[in-house]
Amino acid sequence: INHIVHNGGLYKRPFNEAFEETPMLVAVLTYVGYGVLTLFGYLRDFMRQWKIEKCQNATEREEQKDFVPLYQDFENFYNRNLYMRIRDSWNRPICSVPGAKVDMMERVSHDYNWTFTYTGRVIKDIINMGSYNYLGFAQKTGACQEAAAKVLSQYGAGVCSTRQEMGNLDKHEELEKLVARFLGVESAMAYGMGFATNSMNIPALVGKGCLILSDELNHASLVLGARLSGATIRIFKHNNMQSLEKLLKDAIVHGQPRTRRPWKKILILVEGIYSMEGSIVRLPEVIALKKKYKSYLYLDEAHSIGALGPSGRGVVEYFGLNPEDVDVMMGTFTKSFGAAGGYIGGKKELIDYLRTYSHSAAYATSMSPPVVEQIITSVKCIMGEDGTTIGRARVQQLAENTRYFRRRLKEMGFIIYGNEDSPVVPLMLYMPAKIGAFGREMLKRNIGVVVVGFPATPIIESRARFCLSAAHTKEMLDTALKEINEVGDLLQLKYSRRRLVPLLDRPFDETTYEETED
Amino acid sequence: QEKEELIEEWQPEPLVPSVPKDHPALNYNIVSGPPTHIITVNGKECINFASFNFLGLLNNEKVKSAAQASLKKYGVGTCGPRGFYGTFDVHLELEERLAKFMRTEEAIIYSYGFATIASAIPAYSKRGDIVFVDEAACFAIQKGLQASRSNIKLFKHNDMADLERLLKEQETEDQKNPRKARVTRRFIVVEGLYMNTGDICPLPELIKLKYKYKVRIFLEESLSFGVLGEHGRGITEHFGINIDDIDLISANMENSLASIGGFCCGRSFIIDHQRLSGQGYCFSASLPPLLAAAAIEALNIMEDNPDIFQTLRTKCEWIHKALQGISGLKVVGESFSPALHLQLEESCGSRENDVKLLKRVVDYCMNSGIALTQARYLEKEEKCLPPPSIRVVITVEQTEQELDKAASLLKEAAQSVLN
Repeated sequence: INHIVHNGGLYKRPFNEAFEETPMLVAVLTYVGYGVLTLFGYLRDFMRQWKIEKCQNATEREEQKDFVPLYQDFENFYNRNLYMRIRDSWNRPICSVPGAKVDMMERVSHDYNWTFTYTGRVIKDIINMGSYNYLGFAQKTGACQEAAAKVLSQYGAGVCSTRQEMGNLDKHEELEKLVARFLGVESAMAYGMGFATNSMNIPALVGKGCLILSDELNHASLVLGARLSGATIRIFKHNNMQSLEKLLKDAIVHGQPRTRRPWKKILILVEGIYSMEGSIVRLPEVIALKKKYKSYLYLDEAHSIGALGPSGRGVVEYFGLNPEDVDVMMGTFTKSFGAAGGYIGGKKELIDYLRTYSHSAAYATSMSPPVVEQIITSVKCIMGEDGTTIGRARVQQLAENTRYFRRRLKEMGFIIYGNEDSPVVPLMLYMPAKIGAFGREMLKRNIGVVVVGFPATPIIESRARFCLSAAHTKEMLDTALKEINEVGDLLQLKYSRRRLVPLLDRPFDETTYEETED
Repeated sequence: QEKEELIEEWQPEPLVPSVPKDHPALNYNIVSGPPTHIITVNGKECINFASFNFLGLLNNEKVKSAAQASLKKYGVGTCGPRGFYGTFDVHLELEERLAKFMRTEEAIIYSYGFATIASAIPAYSKRGDIVFVDEAACFAIQKGLQASRSNIKLFKHNDMADLERLLKEQETEDQKNPRKARVTRRFIVVEGLYMNTGDICPLPELIKLKYKYKVRIFLEESLSFGVLGEHGRGITEHFGINIDDIDLISANMENSLASIGGFCCGRSFIIDHQRLSGQGYCFSASLPPLLAAAAIEALNIMEDNPDIFQTLRTKCEWIHKALQGISGLKVVGESFSPALHLQLEESCGSRENDVKLLKRVVDYCMNSGIALTQARYLEKEEKCLPPPSIRVVITVEQTEQELDKAASLLKEAAQSVLN
């Protein structure tokens, strides 16, 4: 409450984010659970080493037994003893469009998940709450698919050359102009992989002698890009503006660590929606800070483009801000547009520089033409330029689905993290045994969910993550909610002690920052 | 108060420096229509000598119809990483087929060719490990090494004596500190056919060094997969080496297979590790199914027509001979390598001027109907920057007349521009 009042007119709409504290009993039980698993892990490793139990790991070649071992035993402890037990919750193979309903290939394991065999049966019509299909463009019929088919028969599937050599097709130019218009920036450039967009362009923008301020929970691609650039990295607490301001002040006042020379540039790395927490970045405050301290902002809209904002233009539109305030707008086409790849948008000088100096433009193959066509058609649909209102309707449907789903889950008594408007809904599970149980029980009831544990999340905060889609109808959501309710009662997942009253902010606390120099 | 003043006074550099309008890498060639054998560049129709379409599969009707069928069944995107409902049966099939084709236990697919080797190396080699790399390694390998934070030791291109010297030095280091040596992993990273020089790597000697000094070999086969060997299995088939001797083979599917993405293959013991620790595999969306289907069909064609590899090699030898003796330009690369470089025999002083001169040669050829390109590098980022050159790519679709035309045109261009 204190933040919103303090920042006065920066927020044009209420910003409701909640991260309910872990109940003490649950935390203790979770630690006990992991302790038991670790003990058993040691016991099993001991038995395997003394050949009492059969070792089912793949092993090194006979001829290479005296080489330095490739993996340290300890590195794989977690893998062998904890991950293997619940491995069937991940890498589930599907054999249809990843839309609102999906068909999955059935697989069984006769040796406790060490190997899988496919029975040949297909489980049909599983409600898909795991794919990143926010606007429902993962379709096998429709305008997008027809356009992509036409382009495929005309251009072929591959390109076989890089952008700077012979791989720059007229389709790529069309796409980039369209994306720039969609975002409201001067110019844009598209790349073949979202992960690579971050890891190859951040090093082109900053180098040694620059400072990167990165959020605690940034995605692996941002972290890799920051490391590869060679700049100094400092981390601020997740979405915490006091921490960020403190870092900025200290950086400018004290300069570089040993030499005290002023920093060349400061770059702030944030994401639009954080996929593990479901929280939305406090963009108005970040922009105010950025302007006050003359630094640059790199916004990664992987999950928020297409999913937020009244016309789907992302977190900038959601807050009603000016896209020109964000120096580098990055995003991916995998999630809301049903294709693959990433883009960067910004001023013309920035994009010209990236066309010349980006690693991807010089060394990586350009995007495949049918994928480009899918993006062009879906962007036109969202903007309404194809003559229909399908795009607008989908964006609204997604917003309604989000609000409805989150409200119902909170009413049932689950602990849900994140902002009220974010279509990524993390439901807390905490205990390691419940991770596997939740995934399997939901699959028995024909609902596909995603569960995440360590190391993607802190060790006691494992969760199930639902990704809502505009393709989910109210009936599907109701079915899903009913099943989640049942499973929640069965596994005793309804931890929440506060019903219907969301905490507005994390409490303000004096923060200390860590300095990581690479 | 002082702090406020400091904050006021500090001026950052502009986010990006401005790029001059005539920078050679800024103005891209615009290709209208498919980049196949006959290509329309900047409005002119030319014969394509610049796309890495070695087996001519880019325009193949069977490949396209397989991709169409997949598009009708799955749509375009996969909407998720492999771990979260992004694994399709086409991916599993492609991995099985690749493993069977290369005669290894397992294969793993990435959705981007560059990311394949750049994610594979840091999955195994960490801080404190030692990697011996050839100087002419491509940029993706360099980025993978940078991400791994290991000790990098460069040895001169294709110089086994230099490599042995470095290995011996490492051995004496090890004897001083045996405890540390027992946990330091060692790797050699080489390419089958080098992209930057067109040479082949001396694999049999490397295998001997491997067992003598106990180092593991990672082989990058982007240009040699589908080119070398009787059945196109790459450099191991070319030299007749047992594939289990190589720890990891990585290749991208963007050259011979005319699709997008990359794969790594090897024994399960090694490949399975990447499923949890390969960054480009775990944290990125999977390959669109239509591209995977295109790759499977391309593999089918490769298996059914093993004589295209010999045809390609004959054509490479033909043009290699035809391009000898151009005044002012020298041919760099093996005679059977389908990706050659043409470098200036004498540099005219600065790299910028060399680049301009080569651009005039390329423009002359483009105006007369042969599409060529200069090899593009990021000058400030490469560890060992190769000299500027023109890239000549041979594909199975080019006829002998076209090869002759290209050779004579290049002779003319060199005459008029360089003399």
